[in-house]
Amino acid sequence: MADIRLEGVTKAYGSHRVHSDLNLAVNQGECFTLLGPSGCGKTVMLRLIAGFEAPDAGRVAIGGTVVYDAGGGVNIPPDRRGLGVVFQDYAVWPHMTVFQNVAYPLKIAGWNPEELKRRTLETIALVNMKGLENRLPSELSGGQQQRVALARALAARPSLMLLDEPLSNLDANLREEMRFEIKEIQGKLGVTVLYVTHDQEVALVISDRMAVMDGRGRIRQIGSPAEIYENPADAFVFGFMGVANFLPTRSDGGKLLAGGGAQPIPWPGPEGKAEAWTAAFRPSDIVISRPKPLPGAGCLSGVIRRASFLGAMMDYLIDVDGAKIRAVLETHEAMSRGLIFKEGESCAVTFLNLHWFDSGALKETAI
Amino acid sequence: MNTIGGKRRFGAAEIILLLSIAVLVVVVAVPVLLILVNAFFSGGSLTLADVSAAFRNRGAWAAAATFFRLAVTSFNGHDVFKVLGESDTYEALLNSLFIASGTTVGSTVVGTFFAWLVTRTDIPYKQLMKGMFLVPFMLPSFIGAMAWKMLLSPRAGYINRFFMDVFNLDGPVFNIYSYYGIILVEVMYLFPFVFIQVCGALERMDPTLEESARISGAGLFTITRKITIPLVLPSILSGALLIMLYSMAHFGTVAVLGIENGIFNIPTLIYQRIHESAGNFASIRTGTVLASVLVTAAAVIIWLQNRIQGRGRYQIIAGKSFRPMELKLRGLRYPLLVVCLAYIGFTIILPTVVIFLVGGLRTYGLSFTMENLSLDNYKFILFDYQVTRDAIWNSVVLGFGAALVTMFAGVMISYVIVKMRVRGKGLLEFLGMLPFSVPGSVIALGVILAWSGKYGVNLYNTVWIIFVAYIARYMAFSLKANSAALEQIHDSLVEAARASGATTWQALRDIVLPLVRPGMIAAFFLIFLPSLRELTVSIMLYAPTTRTIGVAIYTLNEDGETVMSAAMAGVALVIIVIGQIFINRITRKRSGS
Repeated sequence: MADIRLEGVTKAYGSHRVHSDLNLAVNQGECFTLLGPSGCGKTVMLRLIAGFEAPDAGRVAIGGTVVYDAGGGVNIPPDRRGLGVVFQDYAVWPHMTVFQNVAYPLKIAGWNPEELKRRTLETIALVNMKGLENRLPSELSGGQQQRVALARALAARPSLMLLDEPLSNLDANLREEMRFEIKEIQGKLGVTVLYVTHDQEVALVISDRMAVMDGRGRIRQIGSPAEIYENPADAFVFGFMGVANFLPTRSDGGKLLAGGGAQPIPWPGPEGKAEAWTAAFRPSDIVISRPKPLPGAGCLSGVIRRASFLGAMMDYLIDVDGAKIRAVLETHEAMSRGLIFKEGESCAVTFLNLHWFDSGALKETAI
Repeated sequence: MNTIGGKRRFGAAEIILLLSIAVLVVVVAVPVLLILVNAFFSGGSLTLADVSAAFRNRGAWAAAATFFRLAVTSFNGHDVFKVLGESDTYEALLNSLFIASGTTVGSTVVGTFFAWLVTRTDIPYKQLMKGMFLVPFMLPSFIGAMAWKMLLSPRAGYINRFFMDVFNLDGPVFNIYSYYGIILVEVMYLFPFVFIQVCGALERMDPTLEESARISGAGLFTITRKITIPLVLPSILSGALLIMLYSMAHFGTVAVLGIENGIFNIPTLIYQRIHESAGNFASIRTGTVLASVLVTAAAVIIWLQNRIQGRGRYQIIAGKSFRPMELKLRGLRYPLLVVCLAYIGFTIILPTVVIFLVGGLRTYGLSFTMENLSLDNYKFILFDYQVTRDAIWNSVVLGFGAALVTMFAGVMISYVIVKMRVRGKGLLEFLGMLPFSVPGSVIALGVILAWSGKYGVNLYNTVWIIFVAYIARYMAFSLKANSAALEQIHDSLVEAARASGATTWQALRDIVLPLVRPGMIAAFFLIFLPSLRELTVSIMLYAPTTRTIGVAIYTLNEDGETVMSAAMAGVALVIIVIGQIFINRITRKRSGS
């Protein structure tokens, strides 16, 4: 089993800096996800760990062994780093059968034929590809090819697996199925997994811990999926983890007023100092109700601008003094409580979970 | 992937890069450079001995200064213009230009017309005719020129004689020993370059482009003028430029048909000068100046072509074949079919038949009756005549060897250019462009300058000098086929092998090589087949025992052994056709599986 340590890693292509002075620790046996928008350098990071690219500065250690050290002149090539890699485009060798693909790492390692055959068949069975051993990749679907790639990476039972967006070329159903399977295999074999993706749903399902990176390759937050979802470190992380509503406020005589109007915010305000504050919340954290007789009684009033019926859910766009926010609630709940609104009707909103962010900082980190 | 382990030590990547650069420098760059140096610097005064003496006595700066001073004093742009101003060089330049222009215009008209006919009209037997129009690609044009000489030479040509006898004419109907004769023959054998480009463009063109014009109310004439022609124009121009380049540097046809009336173009004048003066300084000088003109013209043409293709790429969007709109020819359907068949019969079948018939005659000039025809000449050439037997053997061995070496060198060089990221790759990319823009006669002259003992190695009069020249001449084919194959191999396939524990070499052996093999096989045959009928290079380099098939045919013809040369040409045609059928078998089997 192996852990990963990156210390002060810097990588640039020409004048374009992808990473500067980056530090990261992945623990032994965990499934760790690097989550970030496309082009943020997360794939580069994976390639630095695999050894396909060399950092300009810094150290990389896998399982306590330094595999790269710019200062000490260490650079162990990828074939001696003992890892399994799964690529976004599968990279299954088209001239080899399923069996030959999966057996290749064992063949290179010089396994004896019986052991090799046993292990290869076992691994093919592990990814539910039994019976397709003699097929060529051209005779397989995308999902099956990705299973072959997974089996190939697992064949030699590496202590560390690197997966680069392995599911992004699959259709939605298959993607859902495969992410559970990867998680299950990881648990069964106890291998350390570094998983790179831009899909926050996959990251939440699959990770023990995850790191959220911004567009410039900086790590904004590291934590368990629940921590990151519930307590985002900043507005970027909050925004990246799902659909976000932002309600700007302004302060007037010690009170916080919502949007451009005069309704005071009826909940405890933020702590700390900032020029202006923005309240953030997810569409599912909004509680919507018929207008209250007394305004200001623990809620804000707004006007329904758009009402969309999505089947299981109702989706409302609400105008609160010039700020547009989106709210969703389950259709049957809306029916039973008489909350089916028409466009132009007034309503009252309150929030289950509210995050406060500095408005100035928010503009800077606009997604 | 080369950065792996290559950062500090001298790794596999650097070895491959240096080897690739070395191959291109030795085989292509040095010969071309020697031509330019010989053309622009008067040979004697720019000697490296002075430079190295300066280096020994006063160091690197002094050496550089000496080199620079010598270069400046010996630079002789004036001489270049003097050579170009001599009446026969000047005339050869104009002839090359005139013949190339005529050939280009003629081939473009013919090629575009037939391409349109077989892709966009309802003319019958389209597929068959498309195949027939590509046959001239296989036929060596100098053999075609010989056939036309037999048919249309002013006094002895069979067609001319027939008309003079039957209609009692005083002179020939057509004299093939003329500019128009040369242009006509070149058009017959070069038009497929335009034909194939335009066919491809017309077939790939998205029909919705034309359909939307039709829906907008445009008539067929307007659509053709405003939509179709502008979309196909880049392909037409690119094919035309290819023909221009080919024709300017073309040796065979002009050599066979022009020399009788003293019509020389650049390559034939280079050949004549080098050949008759046994390599004295003045003739080499004239040769290098003319070769420099060819290289420059070729570079300009290649540059223009790249620009046109770059611009044309986005215009014809679809990569798949569609079913394009077909024009109903109605009453013209069968008359146009007759035109096509007549063209094919006249340009392909007639010359081929004449070659085989003349090859069977006892003496040239006899009529084709049964008692005059026999297989004796063919027997003699294949079994008894040492010169032709040697020539066939030489061509097969040379072609095989050159194809093999060029195939492997091409894979290596393309691998560096397409796949590796190493410092110094830019130099290789530049060198890799060279083989595409150096015509055959230039290579031959450069090889003479480089390998005649002046720099320590003397290959002159051996088969090796032809071997080296073939490698330089066909490197472009190999680079093209292999880069195309390598571009299909995604980097992650190799990286997956590295991650599986394979070293650079193991990944090359297990993943890259098996996947480029089709490209390599294609490269091999793309070189082997044309080399069997090569003339331009080997005619400048052959010695009495190192004749190739092309040289044997050409020299027999020159010596007046017309029936023997025709028989030899017939043998060559049979070999070429068998080879072509063999290749088609292989490629079809591959695409079928």
